[in-house]
Amino acid sequence: MSGNSIIGEAAIRAGCQCYFGYPITPQNELTEYMAAHLGRRKGCSFVQAESELAAINMVYGASLVGARTMTSSSSPGISLKQEGISYLAASQLPAVIVNMSRGGPGLGSISAAQSDYFQATRGGGHGDYRTIVLAPSSGQELADFTHRAFELADKYQIPVIILGDGMLGQMMEPVEFKHEAPEKPPVRSNALRGAKGRPSRAITTFTSKPTELEEINWSLFRRYQLIQRRETTYEAFMAEDAKLMVVAFGVAARIAKGAIKNVQAEGLKVGMLRPITLWPFPSAQVTSLSNKVKQFLVFEMNMGQMIEDVQLALTGNGDVSFYGRPGGVIPTPSEVAKVISRIYYQKGLK
Amino acid sequence: MKKVYSRPKSLKRNPFHYCPGCGHSVIHRLIAEVIDEMDLQDKAIGIPPPGCSVFAHHYFDVDMAESAHGREAAVATGIKRAFPEAFVFTYQGDGDLAAIGTAETIHAANRGEKMTAIFINNAVYGMTGGQMAPTTLSSMKTTTTPYGRDVEIEGYPIKISEMLALTRGAVYIERTAVNSPANIRKTKKAIRKAFQSQLDNLGFSLVEILSPCPTNWRMEPLESWRWIDEVMAVEFPLGVIKDVTGSKDAD
Ligand SMILES: Cc1ncc(C[n+]2csc(CCOP(=O)(O)OP(=O)(O)O)c2C)c(N)n1
Ligand code: SF4
Repeated sequence: MSGNSIIGEAAIRAGCQCYFGYPITPQNELTEYMAAHLGRRKGCSFVQAESELAAINMVYGASLVGARTMTSSSSPGISLKQEGISYLAASQLPAVIVNMSRGGPGLGSISAAQSDYFQATRGGGHGDYRTIVLAPSSGQELADFTHRAFELADKYQIPVIILGDGMLGQMMEPVEFKHEAPEKPPVRSNALRGAKGRPSRAITTFTSKPTELEEINWSLFRRYQLIQRRETTYEAFMAEDAKLMVVAFGVAARIAKGAIKNVQAEGLKVGMLRPITLWPFPSAQVTSLSNKVKQFLVFEMNMGQMIEDVQLALTGNGDVSFYGRPGGVIPTPSEVAKVISRIYYQKGLK
Repeated sequence: MKKVYSRPKSLKRNPFHYCPGCGHSVIHRLIAEVIDEMDLQDKAIGIPPPGCSVFAHHYFDVDMAESAHGREAAVATGIKRAFPEAFVFTYQGDGDLAAIGTAETIHAANRGEKMTAIFINNAVYGMTGGQMAPTTLSSMKTTTTPYGRDVEIEGYPIKISEMLALTRGAVYIERTAVNSPANIRKTKKAIRKAFQSQLDNLGFSLVEILSPCPTNWRMEPLESWRWIDEVMAVEFPLGVIKDVTGSKDAD
């Protein structure tokens, strides 16, 4: 199955009841999968919206009434969704947003890129908020993380972003789905479904009293701290006796793995830290690594975005190099291997 | 003694914050009366806009949820697709529905979403201080058309209801006003009919209401009532614009 279809199937199995989308390459197979497989399910709904703005606001509506709901797009469309994501975050409504990102800025290219890291991990829209950001790097992870995204969204009443890219979306990989679709889509218990047998409720964030909004900001912040403590995930690869640690996420981490295997064969001691949650970022793991390793190489398919989080975590306790390929260029493992060995020798590690 | 007039059940006991002579409070009351009469209080979900009526949830005693500016029809779509049993009405200004929310509104209408839009045409952006709205009349002075709206530069007052009537999914569209007891009664009847078409699952319905904004029109309330008849209703004629509900009048 293609990566995009995997997300669709996993979403249906996670009980996604409503999907709202707008065509954009390289994620169209996901929208098409939902049109074919979700729209006809009992009690479920697929809508091809008139824009990404409309799609994310439909997600907001479906989430209000307690449905598990999702939208997907690629970079330019995700920019349009930021308005709605900010409202979802403010109203503490769960939703899953998939970004199979592509080269930017502007209309950019349709090839895989990681240049939306800042947008995804810094909130993206207006106001003080965060979203959980999951970065899969294989077909199996697309399935597993899609399920996890719905669970996390409900658990913390927060929008969750799956940050993939065009390559992951198009790749054909075998996959095992670990969940069966529920008979009936679940309905969140605190949903807004009419004031039957209870006083009426309002879901609003606008207030004329700054102190009220300040309190909302504080309560969001406390939840974000809880998420940081409980949900930060990462993968450490060949980290035990590494002298140089590569830090990479998503598809770049997959390319880097290949590269590391090559240089290991030549006797270089190189490992990798792969953040799986980009927010919360595994800062504590980076910090503790710096007790053993002093050389870091951040590799991203952009001009250097996650590197800022690595530097923040290291606070000077390590030397950080960077290799980036923006614009939708996908480097090969051997290219990355060359960069790794060059830095390894330059830094006097051998 | 027989009680002939009291607060509708669906209105909370909060005094309105609207300016004296503003149409919003009258329209709120009409909607609440219809909700009561049609027994919708416990299945209604209202979507108020950013605009003067942003605090509508302080008044309506039904479930309500905020929307981003202009996206009410998309929010309503999401609600109805996920939970078709809900009764959904949006409450939108002319800046909201006819400028920033044009796309969402037209496409919701065209899909025939089972929702009702209550569309308040007061010819200005009230909340932000009286700027030009897409519905601002030709030559009308606003804070962003200080010399009067020049149609050569700013375009013409938009007739969004007539545009919406062209969509196949819209089943009932009427333009009314709240500037006289007779027009207020007609507005209530239109709201009732629009609500009924949603309950009958027929499609998209909208009631456009010409509504005085004495503050930004810089008029006395009575003068603003007259101005609706003499100027506004000439550009925006009152009456049923589209009705394919096949139903007789609701009362
Ligand atoms: C994206 C966005 N742009 C602008 C605004 C500012 N804003 C708030 S209400 C409003 C328009 C109000 O006019 P209208 O819809 O006619 O309603 P009224 O206040 O007249 O009832 C605007 C522009 C906003 N809230 N969001
Ligand atoms: S500014 Fe106009 S629309 Fe707003 S409350 Fe006052 S009269 Fe009503």
